[in-house]
Amino acid sequence: MNQVPLIHILFLSTALFFVGMYGLLTRRNLITMLMSVELILNSVNINFVAFNRYLYADRLDGVFFSLFIVAIAAAEAAVAIAIIINLYRNFKSIDVEAADEMKF
Amino acid sequence: MSASAVVFYILSVAILVSALLAVTSRKIFRSAIWLLFSLTGIAGLYFWLQMEFVAAVQIVVYVGGIVVLIIFSIFLTQQSGKDLPKPVRRRAVFAILAACAGFVLTCMVLRGYAFPSPAAGGGPVASVGSIGAQLLNTSEHGYVLPFEVISILLLAAMIGCIVIAMKTKPDKK
Repeated sequence: MNQVPLIHILFLSTALFFVGMYGLLTRRNLITMLMSVELILNSVNINFVAFNRYLYADRLDGVFFSLFIVAIAAAEAAVAIAIIINLYRNFKSIDVEAADEMKF
Repeated sequence: MSASAVVFYILSVAILVSALLAVTSRKIFRSAIWLLFSLTGIAGLYFWLQMEFVAAVQIVVYVGGIVVLIIFSIFLTQQSGKDLPKPVRRRAVFAILAACAGFVLTCMVLRGYAFPSPAAGGGPVASVGSIGAQLLNTSEHGYVLPFEVISILLLAAMIGCIVIAMKTKPDKK
């Protein structure tokens, strides 16, 4: 593990973050936008775990942060999918351009 | 270059390529499957970093939970076999420019920052036992309060999902 410098892992997570950001900016379908958000959250998690492993190998705080982020991401995905299903019932489409009214 | 470094570079290429395919694929189901590969690759990266517990959580929660949820919602809301519309060219060009500019800027900042040299490997402290002991510890460095708060959050999210996705009854007039 120590042959790879920390900065290469940071480059990987930065690239993953901006791939997710590209998806978030170009996609107009709610499910694919949610998938991009998951990629972004994962890149943050990689950073936390790598910092913990490389810089503070005797402590566990980075692990806890990434575990809490995973839990919050799960809650966020569940709520987002409930909203998507509700939106589909009302508009028969989950394109963000179709949802242009807030209340019937 | 040692075998461990080779494994890291293979893993990172796999993660990035499948993430790129996940955000660019025109078929939404394939996009979900590419996301699955990308998340599995990230779990492999955690194994490579010797964080077995985080890797297991990644597989159980992301691959086993969130991706399955996403696939279910695709089945519920999409007509199968229909392609997603192409992104508007203007928007795609600007998104690529923004992403590349952000990537280059972040990498330049990262290169300029002097990280302290890695601490001498103190053995695997991230065992499941020590994680569990610190997570439920009530003393100074314990994480029991965030743990309880996040269980309340999960309960609230669960009830919220049921309320949001509940079918509203037709008006009784």
